[in-house]
This record gives sequence, C-alpha cells and structure tokens, in this order.
Amino acid sequence: MSAGVGVDLENLWIRFGDFVAVRDANVHIKGGDFFSFLGPSGCGKTTILRAVSGFLEPSEGNVLIGGNNMKGIGPNKRPTALIFQNLALFPLMKVWENISFSMEIAGASAKERRKRADELLDMIALSDQGDKLPSELSGGQRQRVAIARALCAEPDVLLLDEPLSALDLKLRQHMRTELREIQKRVGITFIYITHDQGEALTMSDDIAVMRAGVIDQIGDGKTIYNDPATAFAASFVGENNVFRGKVLEVNGNEALIRTNRSGDLRSRISTANLGKLAVGDDAMMFIRPEALDLAPTGTKGENFVTAQVTHEEFEGNTFNIFMEGDGGKEIKVAIPNHGQSFDDHTGQAMTLEYEVDNAVAVPAGELAAE
Amino acid sequence: MNNSIIRISIWVYLAIFFIYLLGPLVIMSITAFNSPSFPRATPWECLTFEWFSALFQDERILNGIKNSILVGIGTIILSVSMGLAGALMLTQIWPKLRATYYTIIIAPILIPGVVLGISTLVFWDRINRMLGLGADSFLSNGLFLTIIGQSTFIASYCMLVLVARLQRYDLALTEAALDLGATHAQAFRKILLPFMRPALASAAVLAFLASFENYNTTTFTFGEYPTLTIELAQKVRYGITPAISALAFMIVVLTVFAALFNEANIKRKEVIAKARKEGATVGDVTSGVKLPGFFTGNAAAITLVVFAVATIAVIGTATVYSPKQCIANVQEQKRLETQKRIQELRDQRKRDAEAAGQAGGATGAAKPSNNSGFGGVFAPGTLQGGDQGTAPADDAGSSNNSGFGGVFAPNNINGADN
Ligand SMILES: Nc1ncnc2c1ncn2[C@@H]1O[C@H](COP(=O)(O)OP(=O)(O)OP(=O)(O)O)[C@@H](O)[C@H]1O
Ligand SMILES: [Mg+2]
Repeated sequence: MSAGVGVDLENLWIRFGDFVAVRDANVHIKGGDFFSFLGPSGCGKTTILRAVSGFLEPSEGNVLIGGNNMKGIGPNKRPTALIFQNLALFPLMKVWENISFSMEIAGASAKERRKRADELLDMIALSDQGDKLPSELSGGQRQRVAIARALCAEPDVLLLDEPLSALDLKLRQHMRTELREIQKRVGITFIYITHDQGEALTMSDDIAVMRAGVIDQIGDGKTIYNDPATAFAASFVGENNVFRGKVLEVNGNEALIRTNRSGDLRSRISTANLGKLAVGDDAMMFIRPEALDLAPTGTKGENFVTAQVTHEEFEGNTFNIFMEGDGGKEIKVAIPNHGQSFDDHTGQAMTLEYEVDNAVAVPAGELAAE
Repeated sequence: MNNSIIRISIWVYLAIFFIYLLGPLVIMSITAFNSPSFPRATPWECLTFEWFSALFQDERILNGIKNSILVGIGTIILSVSMGLAGALMLTQIWPKLRATYYTIIIAPILIPGVVLGISTLVFWDRINRMLGLGADSFLSNGLFLTIIGQSTFIASYCMLVLVARLQRYDLALTEAALDLGATHAQAFRKILLPFMRPALASAAVLAFLASFENYNTTTFTFGEYPTLTIELAQKVRYGITPAISALAFMIVVLTVFAALFNEANIKRKEVIAKARKEGATVGDVTSGVKLPGFFTGNAAAITLVVFAVATIAVIGTATVYSPKQCIANVQEQKRLETQKRIQELRDQRKRDAEAAGQAGGATGAAKPSNNSGFGGVFAPGTLQGGDQGTAPADDAGSSNNSGFGGVFAPNNINGADN
C-alpha cells in the first residue's frame, strides 16, 4: 500500500518558552500506513500532531507531507484532517451538517452535501441518524461521526488524537477493529495517537514510542514488544520484569549480567544496542511474565532465578505469582491455566527458568511510571 | 409550631418584598386610568383612557420615543460589536495581561455616567475642532454623540454577558473548522457566531434597555435629539400628568409581554428537545388535554395568550367607552360636596355669631356693630348664590329640610338668586 501520501518529520523541535515539548524528532511515515505515536500523558504526542496539522509552527525542523514542505501553510490548506481528543463536533449542527461541513465550506449545494453525508453515514452504520444533533448520540456514535466528518474532507492523511480514550472498554475494543477496517477501506495514511499500548499494538503498522518529548524507538508492534531499544520502551509497552546490574561479559549478541539480587544472568542484547553495550556498563535486563517458567527449586544456572514468593493471584487465563524482585519491584510470573492443580507457594522460595532468547538487555535508563 | 411561625414569616416577608417591588408600579398603573388630572390612585373617580390619547397626541413624547429607539438601535449595534470584540480579546490575550485588561475594560461601568457624558462631549468636540469641522458636522450630531457616549459603558455590560458564554466555547471547534478547510472568517461566521447567538440576543436586549433608560450621560450629548428620558425629565419640571403614567403602564405591559413570550419560547424548545430525545412527538410528552402545538405543556404560552386577549379586550373597550357621564357625575358630586362644606362653614359662623350676640345682649344688645357681624355671614352666601345659578330648585328645598336649614334663612340665598 504505497498509494497513500507519506509524512516525514525532519529534525523537529517544538518549544514552549524554555520548555522543550518535542526534541529532535525524525520520523518517516509511509503512505497508506497506520502509524501510531505511543507514549504516556504529557510526552508531546498532541504537540506533534498539531505540528503536522498546522496549528503549531515547529521551532526547528520540517514537516513534509507527500514530500512537500508544509512551512507557512495553514491548517485549512493542508491535506490533513484531525480528529480531536474531545472530537469537537459542532454542537448546533445536525449530524449530517457536521459530516458535510467541509463541503459547505467548498460551496457545495445542500443536496450534494446531504447525499455525500448519507453515503458516509451508511459507511459508519448510522444511516438513519443524520437529522439528530451530536448531543443526542452515544459516545461511540459520536466517535464515528467525527471520523466521517474528517473523511468527508477527503484528506490524504487522517490524524487521530486519542479518539477512543473517552469510551468504555468494550466499545474501545470494538472501535479498534472498526478503525482499522475503515483505514484499510479508504487506504489513506492514518496517524494515531494513544497512551494505550494495546491500541497501538493491535492497530498499527508502525509505532513510535515517545518519552518526554523524545522518540525512543520506531518499529512494528512485534519489534517494539520483543526487541525494545530502551529501558523505557521495554517497561512501557506491555508488562515486563526488570533486573538491574552490570555487564560482566559480551559474546556476540548475548551478554552476561551480574544482577543486584539474582546472581549472574544471561540475556540477548536488543538489536538496537548491539555493539553499544560493553563490559562494565550499567544494564537492565527484561523478561516478560509469560516467558518465565517454574523450575525445580534450587536449580542454579545462568537462566535460573530464585526468590521468595510474596503473593499469588488467579486471573482466569493465568495464575500469577509475585516474587521479591530488585529495587522494590516484584517479579511477576504468569503461568497459563490448562486446568492443572495449583498449590499456594506464598512464603516459599521458588526457582524460575527462562530461555535466554526471551530475555533482552538494554543500557540502564529511565523506566516508565507504573 | 416553630415551623409554622417560620413559614408564616416567610410568607409575610415575601408579601412585603413583592409589595415593595411591585407596589409603585401597580399604583402608577392605576393612576393612568383615573380621571383626575394630577396622577393619583385614590380617591378613585372615573375609569378613563384619555391619558393614553393625550400621550399619543404629545408631539414631544412621541419624538422622544422615536429618538430613544434610534439611539437604542445604534447603541445595540455599536455596544454588542465592541462587547464581542472585547470578549474575544479577553479570551485570547496573553494570560499575564488578562487581569489588567479586564480591569481597564470594566472601568467605564464604575465611572459615573455624568463624567462619561461630559468627557464624550469634550473629546468629540476636540476632535471636531482638530479636523476643522463646523458646529453642524457629523461629529457634533446629537445622535452620534449619544450613541457613542452610551456605548462607552454599555459595551462593557455587553462584554460581561458575552464573556460568560464565550468561556464555555471550546476553541477546538474553531480549530476543527479550520482543519476542515474553513478560513478564519468562515469559522467565525459559521461556528462561533451561531454559538454566541443566545448571548448576543441577551446583550442586545440589555444594551437597548440600558440605552432607553439612560439619563446621566445622554443629558450632555443629546443635542437636537432629546430621548424619551430627557423629555420626561423636562416635562416633570413643569408638573406631571397621568399621561406619563400611561406611558409607564404601556412600558410595563410591553415588558411583561416580552418576558412571557420569551418564557413561552424557552419552554417550547425544552418540550421539543425532550420529545426528540425520547423519539416521541410533542403531543406524546404531555398527555391529557390536547392543545395546539404551541401550547402543549407550556403555561407561559397560555398566560401569554390570555394576556393578549385581555389587552385586546381592554383596547376594544377603550375605543367605545366614554367616561363623560361619569366625569359629569363626579363633577356634580364634587360641586355638592363643596356646597355642603360651605354651608357647614356658614352654619358654623352663624352659630358663632349667635353665641357672640347672646353674650352681647347681656351687655348691650342694640349695638349697631352687631349687624355688621350678620352682614359678614351673609355676604359669601350671596356670592355662592350667584355662582350656583344652575342649581336645581329642589336642591335648595332639601337644604331647607335639613336640621340647619331652620337655623338661618336659606330662602334668603335663593331670594338673592331670584
Ligand atoms: N501551548 C502550550 N504552552 C506551553 N506548554 C505546552 C503547550 N501545549 C503543550 N504544552 C506542554 O507540552 C507537553 C506535551 O503536551 P501534549 O499535549 O503534546 O501532551 P500529550 O502527549 O498529548 O498528552 P496527553 O496524552 O495527556 O494528551 C506537556 O508537558 C504540556 O504541558
Ligand atoms: Mg494529547
């Protein structure tokens, strides 16, 4: 799908006074992709989107849409349409007038506008709701109207600012699939902003992980999840257990790390840090809860961890065991529930086993807040 | 026990409050329909509508109303647009300057109207002279000066009303419009203005009312365009007539009409919104008696119509009703009362004189000076007789029968007449 219009951010800096909201962002978004910016609240996601849509002039650097530099071009002249964090539907206009607003601006007749609005209403499965006011719709319906309104402007790039954050869980999950389907159908570039890693992973072709104005890593969902570039990316995307320590030795793409608490452990070095992590460096090693397994108690080795069990819980699809970990953080182990019997281990020492390939080492760095 | 005392005192308080609030209006409205030429509610004499026709024949009042409306319209246009600009500025200005800006723009409300009037006059006179224009230029035109002068502070009122609404405006709406291709002007016209419409209407009404009732500022600026308040003030200087009450009454009625109409409209919108929400028609929301659409579940609309019918009825009566007979009766009654009063007075004098005579008799009854005393009593009677040429004869007869009649000689009076 290279038909769509691509977007490039080149050395993009955005400052508010002394405060740097976006620091030297370089992003290449392929045309027709579903691209997500993923990061915690306040990391500068909306700011980037506003720079792309033209509401904000970058302090430095360029925004390119379809290869054209957008410097000095206002939001009403850019081939983008933005879906606002709070939707910003026009409260006094009927649903169909909302949807066809861009055509009204372009001077289309009421009849044409109504016709196009009805087509779009069909597409979002709200065929008979065109004469209602936005306030008379449910949250999910409003959501879809906002999408239809943006699509009606026939943008090359659709920008979505956490459009699902106001919805309840069920609807959010439903809308994920729906958004993805709409994107495939219209085939234009979607730039999606979220702080929910589940949304980013399920919908996106590519994801940029952001931390306090800095883009830590760009890659597809699998890469971000399995091969994080920084400690932040590893801890922000999905659950992860952290082991801190120093690099004892490096062989090829593996490293032996002397952890503070759990002895010497062997781990794969994340691709982005190959050749950068050297002996003696402070490092962090991450193992997912589902990558840990129970082993005979007391087994020693470079892929075995022994610790006290603090508590356990039953989550339905998994049994979760929490053990004393490093720096006040617990080690979480998720054991799939196959209907097997499960004893209470609280207070006992247990040994865990993992495959070296499932552990990933990165240079020590800031972790995501829980 | 305690509770009922509280409840009673609340009712008493409410009654006092409403009497205080509405009493003067009621009294004044009554005076508009009472026939005496000095406005008063008691004693009630005759129902009359003549003060209304007197009002509509008063050239100066009519001219004043016309000027007030002209000034009002000009003030609405100028104040609402300046108020809107000020309100927009307030929401967009650099936050650190906001408090200062607010104080500056609110200041005209706190400055006495007299000061505003004088400064408007002086300022524009200066400008006029700087531009080398004559005394009859546009800048010294009373209409222009009054509108400008009033707008200096009415615009601040408008701004307060508009800011309240603007604070609830989501700037993202304007951005959404821009994002969808609208220019700034289009976003303003199609999104912001419709959103502001209710507040703009309120501000316009407020501006008109403030302009209509303004005296302090206008008194310096009106030039050859005296407004209604100016005319009224000048009239009051030479004594007031119930025609002014009639004008006031009409203003009260118009206000009540406008308020009821507004209320009815709001209510209707609520009913419709409710119906839309529930996916039902208007009729379904208010089950029971079926009324035409506008009235359903709308007490204000019903009151409005009752009120309108009553007004039409009153106007209808007014065109056929003539208080002449009543006024004649009242005059007759008044005349009788005066007569009675004079007779009482005479009687009193006579008795006084008799008493004096008896006292005099004991010392020297034949004193000629006594006769002059009688002469004094009868002298006004003679005058009275001359005045009352039209008095019916039996009137005099009845006087005869009265207890006083025998005491002195009423026939003498009539005799003087004959
Ligand atoms: N107009 C502004 N002036 C000053 N600082 C701003 C402005 N807009 C944003 N910021 C700052 O920039 C940072 C990033 O803001 P932004 O709105 O991009 O966050 P975000 O990632 O979208 O967060 P959220 O997920 O909560 O929406 C924040 O710390 C914010 O305080
Ligand atoms: Mg945001």
